[in-house]
Amino acid sequence: MEQVLINGVVLAVNYALIALGITLIFSIMNILNFAHGQMFMIGGFVVYYLYGIFKINYFVSLLAVVIVLGAIGWSFETFFFRRMRRMATREENSMLLAVGTALLLENLALSIFGEKQRGVPPVVTGVFRIGTAYLPAGRLLVMVLALVLIIGLLLFVQYTKLGRAMRALAQDREVTHLMGVNVDRVAAYGFALGAALAGLAGGLLVTVFGVNSGVGNVYSIKAFIMIMIGGAGVVPGAILGAIVLGFVEAIGYALLPGSITYLLIFTGLIIFLLLRPQGLLGKPWG
Amino acid sequence: MGIEVEQGAVRAGRVGASSGSENGGLTRGQKFQFALLVLALFVAVPILLGHSPYFITVLTNAAILSFISLGVWITFSIGRMNLAQGAFALVGGYASAILATRYGVSFWLCLPLSGLVSSALGALIGWPVLRLKGVYFAMTTLSLTEAIRLLALNGGDLTKGATGIVNIPRPGAIKIFGLTIVPEFNGADPLPFYFLACVLLVLGLVGVWRLSTSRLGWVFRSLRQNEDLATSIGINVAKYRVIAFAVCCFMGGIGGAFFSVFHQNIYPATYTIADSVNFMLYCFLGGLSYIFGPVVGAFLLVIAFELLHAVQDYQALIYGVLMIVCMLWLPNGILSLGLRHVSKGKG
Repeated sequence: MEQVLINGVVLAVNYALIALGITLIFSIMNILNFAHGQMFMIGGFVVYYLYGIFKINYFVSLLAVVIVLGAIGWSFETFFFRRMRRMATREENSMLLAVGTALLLENLALSIFGEKQRGVPPVVTGVFRIGTAYLPAGRLLVMVLALVLIIGLLLFVQYTKLGRAMRALAQDREVTHLMGVNVDRVAAYGFALGAALAGLAGGLLVTVFGVNSGVGNVYSIKAFIMIMIGGAGVVPGAILGAIVLGFVEAIGYALLPGSITYLLIFTGLIIFLLLRPQGLLGKPWG
Repeated sequence: MGIEVEQGAVRAGRVGASSGSENGGLTRGQKFQFALLVLALFVAVPILLGHSPYFITVLTNAAILSFISLGVWITFSIGRMNLAQGAFALVGGYASAILATRYGVSFWLCLPLSGLVSSALGALIGWPVLRLKGVYFAMTTLSLTEAIRLLALNGGDLTKGATGIVNIPRPGAIKIFGLTIVPEFNGADPLPFYFLACVLLVLGLVGVWRLSTSRLGWVFRSLRQNEDLATSIGINVAKYRVIAFAVCCFMGGIGGAFFSVFHQNIYPATYTIADSVNFMLYCFLGGLSYIFGPVVGAFLLVIAFELLHAVQDYQALIYGVLMIVCMLWLPNGILSLGLRHVSKGKG
């Protein structure tokens, strides 16, 4: 049981990184980033090539992930979504465009990286023993890094000028504009930051699970489940959703055979949404 | 090659565009154009391409994919972005596969039955899920596609897990009083399947057209604009959105059943999230305001995907780029080009 709890914590912390990224983009721009899982996957591949193949320092590789994914997120907002916001006649359009970007990234990855499952050598070796459970040093590292990133992100959003502009934008776009904030620029940075978080989660988890170009949708769905549990666009909700999903997944994989865990999660989710469509911490809507 | 149909579909699309999904009644010219589409599908294509099983198969796929997407178009008309159509195609496919292999039910009964199974399941799941709107509905239905795939994977003896159900029998002959109305489908020739697909597509189009010009169609559009307002004038919102969703699932189920028999097999991975997304994209790229949108979108994209075979390695990549370009520069769909043309002509 202790082993299950440890696995749950490792998963929950990394999932929180994913959920926070998608929440950031959703709350700032009201765009559901369907490509979030694909961004996660690309982050994994960047680490695979830099750290796994070219033997560059792991932390430098993670920095490269931030730059690559930040650039992708920034250009998505600047070249695609901004244009779409100006000319869209139906509200579905930006959602469809988000689906389109997911398709683009997935096909891009398929063309460039191929279909093979890739893994990287461990960053640190050794195993810690806690009671009857084992915690490999690699997983501990991933967990600590994710935790540091989450705290860093929360501090950034809370105390920096750009972070404050992002929170303002999430509250009210027009008023933020009136207050003299360059809305387009902040939105682009927000998208870049969200994408970078997805990529970082990918870069961390690639050391544990490996990566292949088909995992995108799986992680997008995980991100969706988390924000539906916690409530979309709410930061504490994203973290709560990640904790719930991480532990449920760890417990399910320990007790149930194969893919039944997710079948139960989906069934539970639909019943949950029947009772509380706005999620645990979300505000009631329409 | 295949252009015949494309033009037919585009021409027909103009019918949809100019009569608009907003009001019923066809002018004589539009009836004529619709007849041209039917002629192209049933006469021109078989004569011109009948010798090439490859093209006939591609067009069969496009026709049934359009049929399935027409269902998604209905959920768009109530203002919901439905990413679960792959799930219901899978349900329909399994329903007909199980009925045919286990109980020896004739294909001609399986087809409507699997549509009914799909729509019953759709109504059951749709009741709670349709309370969600916008991205929430999209997220949930996307998860549903994955959930149904996992259900098929874990279905034990009924669905045969990952090995899927194979050797599904082909459709037999229909005889009334010893008179053969439809001959037995034989293995080598895809033409009978092509004709069946075209019949389904035309029936689907006529059905959806009737639906969207009837009172029900107006109710659906009122739901898209404002559900609260619709409630206030006495429309039972919950009932009508479940009806729309059930019709959508019915079409998905029929299409899934057709493909399971056409390919003679079905696996949990036959319909994945990518398929659900594609059904939705066909509607979008054709144009959400036009009944012919899904048809035009499906035919163009399926044919474009086949033509991109020439650039093998980059097929998927170019396809993805093409789609983004279409979204950014044609946000109201390909048919909006035709509409602009028409209104210019008038002005």
